[in-house]
Amino acid sequence: MSALRSYASTATRSQASRDKLRNNLRKALLIFLFVAPGMAIFLTFLLIPVLGSVRYSLYKWDGFGPLTNYVELANYERLYNHSVFRLAVQHSFMLMAMSITIQLPMALAIALLVGRGALPGSRIFRLLLFVPYVFSEPITAIIWLYVLHPQSGLANLTLDALLPGTNRVAWLGDRDIVLYSVFGVLTWKYFGFYMILYMAGLQGVNKDLEEAARVDGANWRQVLWKITLPLMGNTIRLTVFLSVLGSFQQFVTIWVLTQGGPVNGSEVLATYLYKYGIQRFNLGYGSAVAVVLFMITLVFSLGYQRLVMRQDYSAEVF
Amino acid sequence: MKIFRRFFFLSLVLVMVLGIAARVPASAQEKVTIRWWHIQTAEAQAAFWQQVADEFMAQHPNVNIEITILENEAFKSRLVTVMQAGDPPDLFQSWGGGVLWKYADAGLVRNIAPELEGEWKDSFAAKAALELYGRNGEYYGVPWTWGAVGIFYNKDLFAKAGLDPENPPQTWDEFLAAVKALKDAGITPIALGEKDKWTGHFWWVYLALRLGGGDAFLKAYNREGAFTDEPFVKAGEYLKQLIDLDPFPEGYLGMNYGDQQTVMLDEAAAMELMGQWAPGAYQGNSPEKAAVLLPKLGWFPFPVVEGGAGNPGDVLGGGDGFAVGANAPDETVEFLKYITSVEVQRAGTENTAMGIVPTVKGADSVITDPIKKTIIKFRDEAPYFQLYYDQFLPPAVGGMVNDAVEALFAGQASPEEAAAMIEDAAAMELE
Repeated sequence: MSALRSYASTATRSQASRDKLRNNLRKALLIFLFVAPGMAIFLTFLLIPVLGSVRYSLYKWDGFGPLTNYVELANYERLYNHSVFRLAVQHSFMLMAMSITIQLPMALAIALLVGRGALPGSRIFRLLLFVPYVFSEPITAIIWLYVLHPQSGLANLTLDALLPGTNRVAWLGDRDIVLYSVFGVLTWKYFGFYMILYMAGLQGVNKDLEEAARVDGANWRQVLWKITLPLMGNTIRLTVFLSVLGSFQQFVTIWVLTQGGPVNGSEVLATYLYKYGIQRFNLGYGSAVAVVLFMITLVFSLGYQRLVMRQDYSAEVF
Repeated sequence: MKIFRRFFFLSLVLVMVLGIAARVPASAQEKVTIRWWHIQTAEAQAAFWQQVADEFMAQHPNVNIEITILENEAFKSRLVTVMQAGDPPDLFQSWGGGVLWKYADAGLVRNIAPELEGEWKDSFAAKAALELYGRNGEYYGVPWTWGAVGIFYNKDLFAKAGLDPENPPQTWDEFLAAVKALKDAGITPIALGEKDKWTGHFWWVYLALRLGGGDAFLKAYNREGAFTDEPFVKAGEYLKQLIDLDPFPEGYLGMNYGDQQTVMLDEAAAMELMGQWAPGAYQGNSPEKAAVLLPKLGWFPFPVVEGGAGNPGDVLGGGDGFAVGANAPDETVEFLKYITSVEVQRAGTENTAMGIVPTVKGADSVITDPIKKTIIKFRDEAPYFQLYYDQFLPPAVGGMVNDAVEALFAGQASPEEAAAMIEDAAAMELE
């Protein structure tokens, strides 16, 4: 009897485990079906090209024909020693630093003004400030080429009208200021985008909390620092993330404005890659630059997500 | 399952049939399309090419010519991209030299020597130019307009500065004196838009040519010498003399060739060092202003440097031509032959917007413009003809020449450093 019972229970148990197995299989299949398209795209357009770049970067290759001239790490050595590459890295970091310290706080301030302050006509402001973001990058750059033209540009004509007798400024022709001119254009363009993000973040802040704090005797500064900004934390962390990645990948606007010139005065990693890798038929070398650029952004993204943005995800990222 | 199998076989058969169909040789009357890229963006110039294409299509009803017009710099970028993707246009603008040879190495251009040899080849007057479109008995294209770089100057502004407009400077010292005189008269002496870099590299290369002659360059190119040799360093030193006079428009490092034309057209600057296409470019930029400027325009060859090894008649120049892509249909070569026929060459010479300096015999008889006549004389009589460095040299070296000269202009490199930058790139690319 007990033997019988034990037999029966094994039977049901094995039946149950079979069911469980089938269920798991079905689940796995379902997951596979959902993940496969995305994975296929990820592999063909991201992972495989990235691995391809790593491979190309070990060859001296002009982009035509098979890879034959294996040079180990010579491309990396060359770019490490190239003063222009160092300059490009430095400029990329400068753009990043200026974006975080100037562009974002400005966008945040305007968002607070337009979103919380009693600014009349705030809707029109919001619209006007967002318009530049809608323009494509080449169009932005071409508009600014006219504005910053050394002889007939709006910028210099305005300067002339306001302060007659001042020297004209070679906005894009002076190595010492070209990077700041470029940054100005980039700010004009991306400013509205961050402002909109901040305004969306601001909508998520419960006004009652601010109200309550005010009733408890907090002045506006305390409300801002202790209530509003901390509650917008996730948006701020996100915009810093986007801004850093954006600064490193900046290409089109700079290329149309200055092509990285004069004399590499506005060279950034992406323009350097294009100029020395693609235009001059050194695809192996260009790939080495791409790998470095990729590593910088990868390390930053992973580190930043893990250390800073972790709290913003409800589920584990890794 | 069965359905799948059937479907599989069906598609297999379909693929095979299509594959065979594609291999059937095109019959003479089969429709072919020639994809043609050129860089004549000005309206009148584009219209000229469209007309040439239309005429050819009328004679060859089976041919469809698809024209893509790109601005010079955009053209260069886009061509590199399609070349690296292995899909060259059938016919495209080419300046010959190292860049074209690079494409030839990769099998991306078509050898048209079989069609060229004989009558067609003999029809060219600019033989040296034709040779730059080929190598080792192979040819990949032909020159359409070919000239010399020289100094275009505004005679009115020369007169205003107290200079004799009919007696332009002949030596470097006279030239520097003229620059000073113009500057003192409140006139910007030289128009330059250095953002495009090739615009300024003429100055350095011409000085190197005057100082070292063809020998110095060929030695450096063949690696028997180097770009750090004396003439190349000295070229930088002489150029520095000019730069130190501050003869260029304000903010010229951030201006491009279009801006450079505008400065000349506004008669805000007295001279520019430019190729034979400059008058045509004025027309394309602003026909109204060009009509005012052109009658005042003069031309003189690059000044001679005292004690230089170069012959005063040596010419830096180049021109435009067209090369044939590797997969181009046969009709492309036929069309190219038509483009360089005496009739079309004459039409291009007479057309004010095109204003070419023709490359085939008999086409120059229609030229009345004294400037163009002088340019042709210099071109054909040059003891040594130097193609632009940035076309003759491999792209990595040519690009570095442009970078180094730009650094000289901006005061970011000494003459020695500029020469060393070029030599570094040359040592890596030239064997």
